[in-house]
Amino acid sequence: MSKMVMTKKGKIADLRSAEEIKAERRKGRTGVYLVVPGMLVLFLFFALPVIVLLSMSLYARPEGAEIGEFVPALEFGNYVTVLSAYWSELVRSFGFALIATVLALLIGYPMAYLVAVRLRQHGLLQGILLVLLIAPFFSSFILRTQAWKQILADEGWVAQTLKLIAVLPADGHLTATPFAVVAGLTYNFLPFMVLPIYANLGRLDTRLLEASGDLYASPMTSFFKVTLPLSAPGVFAGTLLTFIPAAGDYVNAALLGNNRNTTMIGQVIDSRFFKVIDYPGAAALSFILMLSILILVTLYIRRFGTKELM
Amino acid sequence: MSRQRALNDQRMKLSQAIGHAQASRRGVLAGAAGLALAGLLTACGTKGANSSATASLAPATDLSDTEKLVRWANWTLYLDYDDKAKNYPTLQQFKKSSGLEVKYVEDIDSNDSYYGKVQSQLAAGQDIGQDLIVLTDWMTERVMRLGYAQELDHANIPNIKNLLPALKDVRFDPGRTKSLTWQSGYTGLVWNKEAFPKGLRNVEDLWSPELKGRVTLLDEMRDTIPILLLDQGIDIAGQWGQDEFAGALEVLDENIQNGQIRQVKGNSYKQDLISGDALAGIAYSGDITQLNYEEGNKWEFIMPERGGLIWSDNFTVPIGATHKKNAEKLMDFYYQPDVAAEVAAYVNYLCPVVGAQQEMEKIDPDLVNDPLIFPTAEFLNNASTERELSVEEENDFQNQFQEVIGV
Repeated sequence: MSKMVMTKKGKIADLRSAEEIKAERRKGRTGVYLVVPGMLVLFLFFALPVIVLLSMSLYARPEGAEIGEFVPALEFGNYVTVLSAYWSELVRSFGFALIATVLALLIGYPMAYLVAVRLRQHGLLQGILLVLLIAPFFSSFILRTQAWKQILADEGWVAQTLKLIAVLPADGHLTATPFAVVAGLTYNFLPFMVLPIYANLGRLDTRLLEASGDLYASPMTSFFKVTLPLSAPGVFAGTLLTFIPAAGDYVNAALLGNNRNTTMIGQVIDSRFFKVIDYPGAAALSFILMLSILILVTLYIRRFGTKELM
Repeated sequence: MSRQRALNDQRMKLSQAIGHAQASRRGVLAGAAGLALAGLLTACGTKGANSSATASLAPATDLSDTEKLVRWANWTLYLDYDDKAKNYPTLQQFKKSSGLEVKYVEDIDSNDSYYGKVQSQLAAGQDIGQDLIVLTDWMTERVMRLGYAQELDHANIPNIKNLLPALKDVRFDPGRTKSLTWQSGYTGLVWNKEAFPKGLRNVEDLWSPELKGRVTLLDEMRDTIPILLLDQGIDIAGQWGQDEFAGALEVLDENIQNGQIRQVKGNSYKQDLISGDALAGIAYSGDITQLNYEEGNKWEFIMPERGGLIWSDNFTVPIGATHKKNAEKLMDFYYQPDVAAEVAAYVNYLCPVVGAQQEMEKIDPDLVNDPLIFPTAEFLNNASTERELSVEEENDFQNQFQEVIGV
């Protein structure tokens, strides 16, 4: 369509007629109009709340004010206060999320591989397994987590068995420990890891594996040199989809943990907001959480991101 | 770019599928955004710095005569419920006798969080969507102090004569001009009789080595701290202060630190008692009666010898409520002894209505002499309520408490 040419002097000459240019401009403007609703929604539901959150995080509590009473201010000290009080919960959240992500990858990749590659010729079985993979979503997140609480309970068979084979000390327990929280996170976010990898491996050209076999690569080498690199975008998406919500999650920590060794930042924000009625503190923590996730994810994308994703 | 979109799509579908938990989180987010927007709109934040200004909040116009409706927010499992008919029998009765429509919601699961949700609307004198709310003594005290409650017209509540004499002149509302008791209860000690037959006598006994890692405490500062203070022999109605509070907090801190206390929890502590993860702890009387009824008679509830707590949850009509007269009719209805007995037979908390004990004879004779439903001297003598806390104390204590329990 383009009728622009480079002249000898290196200038761009437009060979289109005046009408064509007008039509082009109109088209350009239509594009702008089409973007407006989206921008408006984005402004209303993203930019504005973020701005309000930011301003709320700088509010101050006047001397002798009632509970829940704050005035607009530029109290940057709020950030110092909450960070110094809750940095360990922040670090713990990212630690838990990281472990859960790694575990989900180790568990999820073989699952995705099985369904997407190994069972490619068995449509029915593949379908069934895929449904089973998503099936947990059909019941409530809370209920599933609550069920784990029963499974891991002191009187439950898991804890009893572990005690019997002396993996767990006689007075030890599983719930209300970091172990239970990380296990819960891994379990609950596993499908977020499996599905993107599955979608990616579904497109894997198995002839490439044959080719690598023909070139005397062992199955192991084929996997690490061919399959894994090709599925990197899926792994990448899966890790982000697992890590980000896991870092801000508080349901697992509240139900399976709920003591001082397991508190995650989401719980702290919840209690700042609803229990202490410290809106600025809660807002500041939310903002810090958002910012730290943004920074971590940016670093991650810079380091490992493929061009496709950028 | 297209991959990014596919990713977003996928994520959206997944999050739609997740359902429940996500919805509640969305609710929180929406609430936060709403609050934030409200803050932005009023331009000067949640409220002016001068709290005396709030005392002049004007009650909303009463539309009771034109709108046959009353909206009531209560705690979960706090009204008789018929599992088969899927309705609240006494509420049905009220609808029939009064001709009013009732919108009943179980919206309240903690004083603090409910207050956190409606505070900004109350402060602006707006309608929070409820004509009747039920809050614990100290929160009712705060709501009244701030002028967020409407004055009750006793002429519309003739049955108020049935209120237990002990509750007629409560500290925060002598003469009950703005509040009326819904149910009362005790906070005391509970233990699993099968797994821990030795039992408990005082809070101190929770720290015995046999119970290591099996103790649950309540995450309401207003329950846990006063009962720990009582255990140290402090008169909680008297002039205790920062030092005594610090002492109680230290006991809590130490026992969380060394793993004696497994969890500090809200209402969900019941699940830990059922699963056996928790063998003993601090609990609410009505919960234990219900548990014993549902899960087999496994638990014992007592007032510690050094003292437990007695508290009430009270009706108030929020300042922006538009159906005060209808709300008064509803309160009046629940102060009829036979209705009160029916509620008490289900919720198992202390019944504040005189004459309900006689009525209980007809409903469930077993409950007539239940000390957790109809107070006995033995229980009452050992039960007290903490003094009023100043705003600064409330803020400070809550902060320190949350820090120690770890959230």
